[in-house]
Amino acid sequence: MKAKAFRAAFPYTVPVFMGYLFLGIAFGVLLASKGYHAVWAAAMSLTCYAGSGQFVAVNLLAAPFAPLHAVLIELMVNCRHLFYGLSLLEPFSRTGRLKPYMVFSLTDETYSLQCGVVPPDGVDEGWFRFFISVLDHSYWIFGSVVGALAGTLIPFDSTGIDFAMTALFTVIFVEQWESGGSHLPALTGLGVTAACLLLFGSENFIPFALLGIAAILLASRKRLEVHA
Amino acid sequence: MIQNTTQSIITIAVIALTILATRALPFLLFPGNRETPKLIVYLGRVLPSAIIGMLIVYCLKGVSIFTGSHGLPEAIAILCVAAVHHWKHNLILSIGGGTVLYMFLVQAVFI
Repeated sequence: MKAKAFRAAFPYTVPVFMGYLFLGIAFGVLLASKGYHAVWAAAMSLTCYAGSGQFVAVNLLAAPFAPLHAVLIELMVNCRHLFYGLSLLEPFSRTGRLKPYMVFSLTDETYSLQCGVVPPDGVDEGWFRFFISVLDHSYWIFGSVVGALAGTLIPFDSTGIDFAMTALFTVIFVEQWESGGSHLPALTGLGVTAACLLLFGSENFIPFALLGIAAILLASRKRLEVHA
Repeated sequence: MIQNTTQSIITIAVIALTILATRALPFLLFPGNRETPKLIVYLGRVLPSAIIGMLIVYCLKGVSIFTGSHGLPEAIAILCVAAVHHWKHNLILSIGGGTVLYMFLVQAVFI
């Protein structure tokens, strides 16, 4: 049962492997440049497991000790996660004792996969979803350790490598766009966030963008429910 | 290392718990054994598309359209990724090719 679920889950995670390998390496290189070797990179990727959250964490580690400040900064960076679970309440309720791990490992990329996948017939949904999450997690740990080990030894210009993440989201955006239904939510996400970025600046715009998106989607409920 | 080992461990632990809290809160507020409010079900259904749009903009937050290369490398690379993916639906080509194109643009063209 588990082997079947693993084989079904793996192909979905290939794009995340690409993205996490590049991005994990970038994180490992950055962390190593602040004097933290590969064991630290592995520990952080195992326990924190967040792309942007860990990049910000590097800056927090490279500054004087201030845990409360770290909490506030990370809340700002990760408050978008408060909305993620809302789309997965029902699917994750079917994952049984695996659920705590499913919730813990809900990164941007895993979220976008978990929202889109439909378990194939005859495959156990709980294990299928679990393997998607745990494969993504392992790619991230692997990438960050490789980065921390090699990044300092092999000098190569990795400028722009983090674009892998942008490309991954663009691909998911295209696939959602082609899957039919109203384009209003997708356009709202792009438009409201871009407007908030211009209005509030790159440090503070995410909470405003989330509230704006939620407000517009709630106001459009009648229209969008007809579409569904 | 500016922080010593103990301080570093505390900082990382605090960060890990904060991130976990943001992920767990919706599941704590709406546990599976009670019926989830219709409004939340609706939001859960329409939010994913909007959030992917938000994440694309989030990835671009460091880009200045008024200075430097004016966001041209990003715009070119994203349009290529979208066009190639729409055309071929090949993930390796779209993501790998797009990333290599972007790295080439920022390292060799827009410098």
